[in-house]
Amino acid sequence: MLFFSYFKDLVGREVTVELKNDLALSGTLHSVDQYLNIKLENTRVVDQDKYPHMLSVRNCFIRGSVVRYVQLPPEGVDVELLHDATRREARGG
Amino acid sequence: MSSGLGLENLVDQTISVITNDGRNIVGILKGFDQATNIILDESHERVYSTKEGVQQLVLGLYIIRGDNISIVGELDEELDASLDLSLLRAHPLKPVIH
Repeated sequence: MLFFSYFKDLVGREVTVELKNDLALSGTLHSVDQYLNIKLENTRVVDQDKYPHMLSVRNCFIRGSVVRYVQLPPEGVDVELLHDATRREARGG
Repeated sequence: MSSGLGLENLVDQTISVITNDGRNIVGILKGFDQATNIILDESHERVYSTKEGVQQLVLGLYIIRGDNISIVGELDEELDASLDLSLLRAHPLKPVIH
């Protein structure tokens, strides 16, 4: 639940999502759900010359199960807040 | 908020699906469920290769199991019409490795 809430706070930010097929997509985070499926708007494939497969896709839904990394804007990371939240979760709520 | 996850706002639109084995299937979204299983109508596969332009294989009505789906993209019909697929050369996408 923690990371679900965490990603919900990042809605509207620019992120880059790297997939388990080595494709990387950047775009504006539109929404996230309980499975950490991600919806991106204004999507761009990072290496478009190598991967022209999504040239005509502007908005997309990425299945949570194929996400390897999500690169976040530095200002979207509050380490103190995450520390507290993870400790609270470890204590059982 | 229409940000409702799931794919309801894509129903009856043309979508481009990338599967875990690296295939690209384009069709009209007719239905989906919470496991991302989807029903595609009038679908075709776009086969990429470095030797020749993109091949389009007609598939028809398809159900794709959610387990096997990586990306569901909303196809911008205008952008898509402006692409000359016969000139596009690319390696096929790599399969997903979990």
